[in-house]
Amino acid sequence: MRPPRNYFVRAVRRDAGMLSRVADSLYWMSRYLERAEHTARLVDVELQLWLDQSPEAGAGRWRFLLEALRTPAGPGAIDPTRLVDTLVFSRKNSSSIVSCIATARENLRHVREQCSSEMWEQLNRLYLEVMDARPEEAWMLKSHGFFRAVLEGAHLFQGITDGTMSHGEGWQYIQLGRYVERTDTLASLMETHFKRMAQPADQVVESEEYLEWVGLLRACVAFEAYCKVHTAAIRPLRVADFLLLNPEFPHSIRFSVDRVNAALHIIGDLTERKAKAPTRIAGRLRAQLSFSQIEEIMADGAHAYLENVRSECSQIHAAIHQIYFDYAIEGELAS
Amino acid sequence: MSATAVPQRVGTPPTLLNYPFGRTYDEMFASPEVPRAHYQALQRTLLSLRPEELRKSQQAADLTFLQEGITFTVYGSKEGTERIFPNDLIPRIILAEEWAQIEKGLTQRVTALNLFLRDIYHEGRILTEGVVPRELVYSCKHFRREMRGLNVPRDTYVSICGTDLVRLPDGTFAVLEDNLRVPSGVSYMLANRKVLKRVFPTMFRDYGVSPIDHYPQALLATLRSLAPENSPYPQDPTTVLLTPGVSNSAYFEHTFLAQQMGIELVEGRDLLVHDNVVYMRTTAGPRRVDVIYRRVDDDFLDPLCFRRDSILGVPGLFNAYRTGNVTLANAIGTGVADDKAVYAYVPEIIRFYLSEEPILQNVPTFLMTDAVQRNHVLEKMDQMVVKAVGESGGYGMLIGPHSSKQQQEDFRQRVLADPRNYIAQPTLSLSSAPCLIDGEVESRHIDLRPYILMGEKVTLVPGGLTRVALRKGSLVVNSSQGGGSKDTWVLRAGNGDDRVAPGAAATDKGIAGRTSAEK
Repeated sequence: MRPPRNYFVRAVRRDAGMLSRVADSLYWMSRYLERAEHTARLVDVELQLWLDQSPEAGAGRWRFLLEALRTPAGPGAIDPTRLVDTLVFSRKNSSSIVSCIATARENLRHVREQCSSEMWEQLNRLYLEVMDARPEEAWMLKSHGFFRAVLEGAHLFQGITDGTMSHGEGWQYIQLGRYVERTDTLASLMETHFKRMAQPADQVVESEEYLEWVGLLRACVAFEAYCKVHTAAIRPLRVADFLLLNPEFPHSIRFSVDRVNAALHIIGDLTERKAKAPTRIAGRLRAQLSFSQIEEIMADGAHAYLENVRSECSQIHAAIHQIYFDYAIEGELAS
Repeated sequence: MSATAVPQRVGTPPTLLNYPFGRTYDEMFASPEVPRAHYQALQRTLLSLRPEELRKSQQAADLTFLQEGITFTVYGSKEGTERIFPNDLIPRIILAEEWAQIEKGLTQRVTALNLFLRDIYHEGRILTEGVVPRELVYSCKHFRREMRGLNVPRDTYVSICGTDLVRLPDGTFAVLEDNLRVPSGVSYMLANRKVLKRVFPTMFRDYGVSPIDHYPQALLATLRSLAPENSPYPQDPTTVLLTPGVSNSAYFEHTFLAQQMGIELVEGRDLLVHDNVVYMRTTAGPRRVDVIYRRVDDDFLDPLCFRRDSILGVPGLFNAYRTGNVTLANAIGTGVADDKAVYAYVPEIIRFYLSEEPILQNVPTFLMTDAVQRNHVLEKMDQMVVKAVGESGGYGMLIGPHSSKQQQEDFRQRVLADPRNYIAQPTLSLSSAPCLIDGEVESRHIDLRPYILMGEKVTLVPGGLTRVALRKGSLVVNSSQGGGSKDTWVLRAGNGDDRVAPGAAATDKGIAGRTSAEK
């Protein structure tokens, strides 16, 4: 028998959602681009710091960089030239800047008709630009221009995306990808940083230590924003507070989790799956960050706290995958 | 710009000077220097344009194609190699009464072929009565035993058909081949029109050209009319376009059509079958799919049923289809009816089912399974076109007059080894039409592929894709073999004599001309 004709009710119900493959591609495209941006910024800052520091203080720098980016270090001493090659150009390392941009482009290429042509053109341009760049003698010392181009290219892409694509479900997956990745990379960077430094105190630091904390802020584009709130007096505890819990700064963990949460709520509404796991986990993490005090966090150990953020983040990722992209069909049809 | 800066034209303009006349039918000229009545306004326009204006218009058109990504992928070259399908700016013009004849002929032909397909997959009357040899049908590579006794919605096997027509020296149209599987090229037809309207707006309006822009809507209506009867929403079926993916040569066309129809473009991995029902995986959960416009060949549709190594298909799709829970357009197994050996029997097929005489003629075809015909062909290999029966796209064929002794010998061996797999036709002189080659007007061979839609009713949009063999003297029009295309103008009834557009010549300066004038 034919069901009763109620066009509007039916139209809403049947047209909810978009192709999982397309959502998946947009999400990953965005994650990879965010990763490229983060890596570019971090390597750039580290290379600048390296110039400022005494050789002794710079010794552990490369190992720290690899750890902060969760890139496995090879055995033996780390040669800076090879290291930069691994992080920037290597196609064997799937998280190198060039690999990330190539993968982001490949993801977008498969769903080209779903994005605006301006977006595609910009990402393609960025891809061609980084594919053209080649490491050469003394590349490391004049690499700043390259990293700048990557950062600007990524920012331009974000602006074009926001300005030319409908802010519908597809756009929300782009948001989601960006901020899930940002939460994860920020947490990872801070975790590595805190492990290396003395327990952050509410006191002004100087010389080598000062450089390290400013480096951290710069790696999160946060130096100027921090100064506006806390002046140029660098107090590690306040730096930690700012990067972890500031609700207004786009490269803080709290801000990123807020965006993840917001995107998941809208997607939940659009797909009528609001009560599902991703929204719940993101809501829990968001509540935690909203009500935490930096002193408490430090008393219990920043390491454990950040570890928890990363674990929640990977749970959110897995839940998005399981609920929206790759669900078990039998369960869905039975319900 | 001062008046003196405008170059003065003296005597005959260089265009149209290099126009050779052969033995073939020429679309534009009845005899040298005398254009047919309906081409006179076009000639005036062409004569009013300087070669560099034409060249600039052509460049502007090419750029439009590139920027809008109207491209096809070239197989066997570097990853992501996309080329524009060369477009020729000079339209091909068809009179209303010529088109009426083509339309009638094609409707008749596709109706008969559809009845033929229904018959051979059911009772097989035509085989029992010996009109078409049983072994010919059963030995066809594209015959699908799995389709025996299976009923398809509205008994429509062929919902989208692209038939290649050629114009013979006497000016009549003949069918060169039918494409009943997954014919492509319709997006180029629409793109050519869009560009031409921009380049020659005045001439276009004055000519009174029948519109074709409703093709996507007509296609969607056709697809929707084939919704399975047991669909929960037979009035509003969920329709999708199934593409093999980005690396397919026609991927642009797939995205274009899906976008124009407002339906989802899906790949095999987006679909799944549960309890013989097809679903697509969306973020809001599985959504039932009712009609699939598939641009994937039979062989690759369902690894459980056809080729096991296919990763483009959907496991279980055939069973869902068999159960009647989903419609595939075109149906599976339609390739029998465009087999080039079955082609020879199409006039008989039309007479058998419709008791009518074929309106469009066939090209004479020699069956290699017949010893007499085979010997005749093997003696005259240098005058014949030999084709493999199941191939398309200009692959697997020998063009006698343009071939070497070695190639002829090679094909002779192939024919003798597997006569069922080959047919031969006398080398046809395809009609020629003026084309813009590097700013000069030269003649090139062309054919015509109209698109026929068959759902609730048979629909043809007036025109089709006119394909051009861009290499001088070449008879091969396929895009994979260096072919191009041009816009096809079917005139509205009453238009087309020399009353047309006396003013047209003076106003259209092409894209380049107009821009410079506006500056």
